[in-house]
Amino acid sequence: MTLIRLEDVTLTYGDSLGDELAAQPTLRDVRLQVEEGELVLVIGPTGSGKSTLLGLLGGHVPHFTGGLLRGRVEVAGRDLREHRPRDLADVVGVVGQNPLAGFVTDTVEEELAYAMEQIGLPPAVMRKRVEETLDLLGIAELRHASLRDLSGGQQQRVAIGSVLTAHPRILVLDEPTSALDPTGAEDVLAALSRLVHDLGVTVVVAEHRIERVIHLADSIIEVGATGTVRHGSPAEIMADARVAPPVVELARLLHWSPVPLSIRDARRRAARDGSALPSVESAPVESPRPASTAVSAERLVVRYGDVPAVSDVTVGFDTGTVSVIMGRNGAGKSSLLWAIQGSGPRTSGTVRLGTPGSTVPHRGDPADLPPAERRRAITLVPQSASDLLYLETVASECDQADAESGAAPGTCAGLLGAMVPGIDPASHPRDLSEGQRLALVLAVQLTGEPGVVMLDEPTRGLDYPAKAALTRVLRDMVVAGRCVVVSTHDVEFAAGVADRVLVMAEGEVVADGDPHEILVSSPAFAPQVSKVLAPAPWLTVDDVRAALVEAGASR
Amino acid sequence: MATTRSSLSTLANATFAALPRPLHPAAWWGWALSLAVVASVTTNPLLLLLIVAVLVLVVTSRRGDSPFARAFRYYLVLGGVIIAIRVVLHILVGLKTGTILLFSLPELELPSWAAGITLGGPVYLEGLLRAMVEGLRLATIIACIGAANALANPKRLLRAFPGALHDIGTALVVAVSVAPQLAESVVRVMRARTLRGDHRRGLRGLRHIAIPVLHDTLERSIQLAASMDARGYGRRDHATPAAERVTTALTLGGLVVAMLGLYGVFTTVGFSVLSWPLLAAGLLVTWAGLRRAGRLVRRTAYRPDPWAAPEWLTVVSGMVVVAAVLAVRRSTPDALTMPLEPLGWPALPPLAVLGLLVAAAPAVLTPPPRTARAVPRTREPQEVAA
Repeated sequence: MTLIRLEDVTLTYGDSLGDELAAQPTLRDVRLQVEEGELVLVIGPTGSGKSTLLGLLGGHVPHFTGGLLRGRVEVAGRDLREHRPRDLADVVGVVGQNPLAGFVTDTVEEELAYAMEQIGLPPAVMRKRVEETLDLLGIAELRHASLRDLSGGQQQRVAIGSVLTAHPRILVLDEPTSALDPTGAEDVLAALSRLVHDLGVTVVVAEHRIERVIHLADSIIEVGATGTVRHGSPAEIMADARVAPPVVELARLLHWSPVPLSIRDARRRAARDGSALPSVESAPVESPRPASTAVSAERLVVRYGDVPAVSDVTVGFDTGTVSVIMGRNGAGKSSLLWAIQGSGPRTSGTVRLGTPGSTVPHRGDPADLPPAERRRAITLVPQSASDLLYLETVASECDQADAESGAAPGTCAGLLGAMVPGIDPASHPRDLSEGQRLALVLAVQLTGEPGVVMLDEPTRGLDYPAKAALTRVLRDMVVAGRCVVVSTHDVEFAAGVADRVLVMAEGEVVADGDPHEILVSSPAFAPQVSKVLAPAPWLTVDDVRAALVEAGASR
Repeated sequence: MATTRSSLSTLANATFAALPRPLHPAAWWGWALSLAVVASVTTNPLLLLLIVAVLVLVVTSRRGDSPFARAFRYYLVLGGVIIAIRVVLHILVGLKTGTILLFSLPELELPSWAAGITLGGPVYLEGLLRAMVEGLRLATIIACIGAANALANPKRLLRAFPGALHDIGTALVVAVSVAPQLAESVVRVMRARTLRGDHRRGLRGLRHIAIPVLHDTLERSIQLAASMDARGYGRRDHATPAAERVTTALTLGGLVVAMLGLYGVFTTVGFSVLSWPLLAAGLLVTWAGLRRAGRLVRRTAYRPDPWAAPEWLTVVSGMVVVAAVLAVRRSTPDALTMPLEPLGWPALPPLAVLGLLVAAAPAVLTPPPRTARAVPRTREPQEVAA
């Protein structure tokens, strides 16, 4: 049975004058049908209209956002023209990126009941469904817990539960795992697959990190940059999709056909034609480069009340190296970065910039420097990067950054142009895409030419091309002799950028070393390529490509 | 003695000390407002302090663990600030009366159009005490509101908000939820500011903090409103848009008329003859609108708060103290005021004290609130191979 039907749908948001006819449509001539019980993955580059397509299914677009809708959208037999989001609440459940922002009540149990109360179900039914949902999502022990005290993965499962209790026939999720650590994401995805297999719920999910969901998908909708939409089986779409997970990229590189979509399939395929692969001997060999310590922390402790966030960490970071800090949500990664930078709280311990005789100019404790001077020695791009932006145009942000850092006018704009060319200087920072905004903040923070650059979770909301661009930018910085420290959940990104990986747990550094050593051996942190090609030491498709080129040259 | 105690505790166990559950929010509000009424009719500092003591006792023993419950002490701090401001204002610009001179400030002559305001001048003990007592009275009333907020989660109270006023209801829920986040966001943005090497103060600095915070808050508010909408808040199964408009017009129109009436009742100017009929008519129209809306909106409550013996006990204990204090006011009105001219010790009317003791009863005779058990660690520390 067809549950979702879009017929010749074109959606246009008004331009700044509110004129819908003059603006470019966000979605163009979309025709698609989704059958009952399918799990549909929606992919596409950032800003391509994925969220708009998902918004249409719950009536959020255009009822809440505005915009001109042409064509016909039918969800569970209800026409969107006559039904507002609240009228669709019993058939469509919508889960957003940030669960905390959507919570209406205070505790898990009340949140699960909220939608049912609005629909007007009898109390006995509500009691029963709340219990069932608590068990289904594995959150029964959290029933009285305050929603703010939960971890990200738990919050996201509660958010899913809070729409499930209304027994919707369709579940729409917009990047449900983008803020979660690998384990938290696994929990959420396991819950999703259970819903599809056991309850027959139709699930439509958008995800940047396709590798996490693709093995569950029955079909894929690809939203193109111009708003056109393609719907097909995963193998069909993945053969030439613009955004693809590493396992697919690897298959394309090695000309595997049909393209394997899961690690399991790819491993079998790799075992079958191992001969096409370069021999393990030609794997990249680490060339030690001369380095000196750019910043070091000794016996660093950060404590919030009674809760230790960072406990007794002694660590140093070298020039010319990208160090990646990984670990669960709440493992103390952010607190460590903030404490080292000097702007965050520090309970005890010392931080020193540079080592005697090194090329790094500033020495001493960054916390003792005035903020303006500190940012020229060591800079941090925080998790919510847009907190740093407050002016109306990109150009004025850049001018302000030049003024703050005492840099020549045009420095910041130049940096920005080198990273992401083609941003209109007159545009408002809030109107930029996630990746462009990050580039702007990075440019602002780099204007002071700091020797140490730290980034806290920079890949949130970035698609594969944007992440590749960020990797290039960070590698360029390292070549220029800077010290780069990144905290991230994103295993594939870490594999592509890291010279060194540190793993934190409960405020301590529990592992520290070469990425090949740390990432390959960890079940949670191993990137896809290494899972497919183990025991070969490659981490990314680029590693394999380089090895192939080398092998070809030596032949 | 022992038998009395045991029989008392048996009684308490049998009737009130039932399983933990939150009390109906309206009961706490009724109780707290009764105490506020008492505070508003007395300037006797002993009684005011007793009221605050009762509030603190009940709040500490019966509040839950919502963020609102944790905010009670800020209301107390606010009360302290109010007393301090009242005293400082009295010293600076107040009308000084009394006989016992404490100290003298240089007095500033003001032009005749500002007669009645004296800048500086001699400060007398009586005037200072009057300012303090009046500050204390206002602080006590504010503490009553704070206690109601701490004991009754405002979000639970909002659940009872009539569905006809869908838009206002959304706005209220968003306002209540976003306020704590606003504070969080200010802290985050201020920290982020130092990363840009900018710690300017004053208006320019304010702008650099306010703009990201407002952006953030607005975005969150919109997300919350969208989430409420997507989950069916304010949905009507059989209502046409025209019927909804009629309902909203009835309810809001009625409220406006009732407000006008209420204004008339409390002021002596203007249409005083019409005020009572206006108030009645307004309330009637509002009631009709809400009834209509109640029929259009089909909403149920998950584990609704029952109204049982502890709720009655709480509300009645509030009423008892109001009755006691009103009785004192009728028999010995002086006992409710601070004797200033001549200066003396405030009285301690036994009936009022007894009433306040009754008002403290909910601290032990209501069921304890449900507290969240500590969140268990759901995941074992992950193994990381070296």
